[in-house]
Amino acid sequence: MNPAVLIRLFLFPGVLFAIPAGWFFVWAEHKAVARIQRRIGPPLLQPVYDFIKLLGKRTPARHGLEANLLRLYPVLSVLSLIGALALLPVFARVAGGFSGDGVLMVALLEVPSICFILAGFTSGSIYGQIGAIREAVLSVANNVVLLLAIVTIAVTEHSFRMDELAGPTLNPGHWVGVLGILLCIPAKLRLNPFSTSSAEQEIYSGPLTEYAGAALGLWELAHALEWLALTGLVATLVLPSGLPWFIYAPAFALACFVQVLALSGLAAGTARLTLQSSINFYWRWAGVLAVLALGSAAAMRFRL
Amino acid sequence: MGILEKIMHKARTKSPRIFHLNTGSCNGCDIELVTCLSPRYDVEQLGIHMEGSPRHADILCVTGPVTRNTLDAVKATYAQVCEPKAVVALGSCPASCNVFAGSPVIAGPLDKHIPVDVYVPGCPPHPDAIINGIIKATEILAARGVREEAKGKPQK
Repeated sequence: MNPAVLIRLFLFPGVLFAIPAGWFFVWAEHKAVARIQRRIGPPLLQPVYDFIKLLGKRTPARHGLEANLLRLYPVLSVLSLIGALALLPVFARVAGGFSGDGVLMVALLEVPSICFILAGFTSGSIYGQIGAIREAVLSVANNVVLLLAIVTIAVTEHSFRMDELAGPTLNPGHWVGVLGILLCIPAKLRLNPFSTSSAEQEIYSGPLTEYAGAALGLWELAHALEWLALTGLVATLVLPSGLPWFIYAPAFALACFVQVLALSGLAAGTARLTLQSSINFYWRWAGVLAVLALGSAAAMRFRL
Repeated sequence: MGILEKIMHKARTKSPRIFHLNTGSCNGCDIELVTCLSPRYDVEQLGIHMEGSPRHADILCVTGPVTRNTLDAVKATYAQVCEPKAVVALGSCPASCNVFAGSPVIAGPLDKHIPVDVYVPGCPPHPDAIINGIIKATEILAARGVREEAKGKPQK
């Protein structure tokens, strides 16, 4: 097997880097929101303490297909996100991707959201089901924008290979695509103002209401990895791919961190939109912009 | 305690998640509990987090004198919190039914129905007292976790 693939999967930005970095970003988000609200905020190791504590909880025994499915969803989410991280085109000079890996990465990034929806429906909780419906409706709306944004970048570069999409270009289509992905990140991470699917004041914990113990810990880990995967995708599209690894790796982490701070600012500075307003935002504004971007990228590419 | 038990004990004391259950309270204690989350008291710096689901919680914070209407909900919610868990009775109502004692609609006090670990007296209690009570409950919960795990181990 290509050693670059193994490095991406297990070392950077894979398991060894992703888990601590994901937890760090979750902490940074909580800390940043706390500082904006003039609070002190949680200690650095808070996500680690939470995860270890959840591993030690004794959960009620469940049996049958539903129980197995409920156990499967968080595991599937974590594995698919590690897979998506392994496909991020870091160190693009050492090619580790394959033709069309962009399509696979988009699919893998979507798996946690689908699992989240299925978990809500499988749990049998009314709050879980309402949360799952909200997540499903919002997910359809923001995925159209995300897909159009990624296709815009792909049309600009005339490739679906992540290694070739990495790095900044002079083409405006690339930057419009990056902007489109950035617009989708708050909804994908279920942050304010697009946090209707896990609105504690309305539907308790949404699709995760019935989860407890280790399975809940895995969901939290998946959320941490989602932070890294989505901000990492933008970082790889923005950072020059020709940099030596010892500059690229810190720059990648820094680029992700800057996005985390910006997203925290957005989360702290906004209130939760209703589902209807969130969908309107994605279908009416972001969706129209994404269609225009894709149209102009295609027109430029094929010199129509 | 082995190294793993020590780590688990530390994690449990550092990550108390609370679920708030109102059993007919006048809202005085509820307001004081929510005050603990505000910038002035900021319980998040102690790792305390208010959860939306009792399944995610470690500590059940009960306010109110337990009306007959809420009794089933109290028992169901207590059963939904996963072990190891602790219960904090916030205010005078769950401890003694306060001014509602003797009323035909009251099924309290709370400890008649579920085991209570910490009582925080006051009508309503001060947020500092509430935070102190939750921290005490966290220590009880962590020690209980260690004891139960030792009991669950096969005897040598």
